Amino acid sequence: MAMNGPTATERFVNGILPENPVYRQLLGLCPTLAVTAAMKPALTMAGAVLFVLVCANVLVSLIRGLLKPHLRILVFTLTIATFVTIADRLLAAYLYSMSKALGPYVPLIIVNCIIISRCEICSSKQGVVTAIADAFGVAFGYALALLSIATVREILGRGTWLDIPVMPLTQGDYGWSVMILSPGAFLVMGLLLGLWNWVEKRRARGRLGASAPGA
Amino acid sequence: MEYFVNLLLIGVGAALIHNFVFYYFVGLCPFLGVSKRIDMAFGMGLAVTFVISIASTLSWLLTYYVLRPGAPVSSWIWSTLGGGSGEVNLTILSYLVYIFAIASSVQFVEMYVRKFFPPLYKSFGIFLPLITTNCAILFACLEIMKNVVGVEPAAMWGLDQALVLSLGGGVGFTIAIVIMAGIREELELSEIPEPMRGPGIVFIVAGILALAFMGFAGVDSALARLFKAGMS
Repeated sequence: MAMNGPTATERFVNGILPENPVYRQLLGLCPTLAVTAAMKPALTMAGAVLFVLVCANVLVSLIRGLLKPHLRILVFTLTIATFVTIADRLLAAYLYSMSKALGPYVPLIIVNCIIISRCEICSSKQGVVTAIADAFGVAFGYALALLSIATVREILGRGTWLDIPVMPLTQGDYGWSVMILSPGAFLVMGLLLGLWNWVEKRRARGRLGASAPGA
Repeated sequence: MEYFVNLLLIGVGAALIHNFVFYYFVGLCPFLGVSKRIDMAFGMGLAVTFVISIASTLSWLLTYYVLRPGAPVSSWIWSTLGGGSGEVNLTILSYLVYIFAIASSVQFVEMYVRKFFPPLYKSFGIFLPLITTNCAILFACLEIMKNVVGVEPAAMWGLDQALVLSLGGGVGFTIAIVIMAGIREELELSEIPEPMRGPGIVFIVAGILALAFMGFAGVDSALARLFKAGMS
């Protein structure tokens, strides 16, 4: 099969920053906001998404010759649902407290648009190696987004980072508790999105200034 | 009377106190994508409410009769096949079954609406197929499962409670998305710092709305007290 579309390396790099699933494409927001009150659930969630994304991408890439156009979304969803069930059972067996803390958000990975969009855009069209690289890239990009939000929320809300005390003044009763609650998720997400856009714009302007001085 | 109070509390809880969007963060994709104009937002809210009720009815029936440990249909099939009278537990299949039920109910709703209500179909447009991947629907199914599988038989939810939860959730989603669309129509006219334009400011507004919705916390216990005082 002729290689059309981006190569494995391009897919991997693109997934992390240029096409970051959360900040650039605004996909998969429900768990992003729900699990980022602290670092540990965010890490667990990122791991679960990595597992499901890699497995689903590999399987869909292997069966891409058999897919019928009108049934492909159904096949993607059922594939993802199977791997999510496996991930959910594994979490319940080995990380029970995390599984309890994440609650319904692990099964909600099934309807996470990130994974369906990767199946549709990449793995149903390209080979296994590219699909794996793409899955890792996108999952790392997703983890980056989750951890950046969780860092802000946990430090401001609890004064800790990964349960290690970093801000002695905001611990216990003095925490900024709105950050742990749901409004904090929306506010931090909005501000980080604005920050991201600002940095991006400055970098674009810098490039423009370097290539065309005096323009 | 107590029965109705119980239902009312479930409904109010799902619609306002634990609003699907502002408390559980489910259904954010349409909340961000389709909240530019009030009429479209209202259409989306109605479509979600419609599908969520059908899907949760289906999923309650499937959970109660087929999936839960010792469910009647699967136990009957098992004993007819000669497997003995042991308890059959199919809960591991629940995610697959739910997503299948949601996808097929969306498909049926789409076909039905297209055949019998063509103007409604035209105004729903592409929203209907998109609802399949709306987390709010699967979330309602999972909430219902949580209250059917692994709870005492006396506390187990019936179809009525499941329906009230899903209707309340759908109404809550509609309220949230319509408020958001109203604010966004005004935002069009205001000057926003450049990096915050688009989704950024929508998240900030949603955060402030979520703060406002936190004010509903405790309404359920106050309502329960009110009804108890009225009854005695």
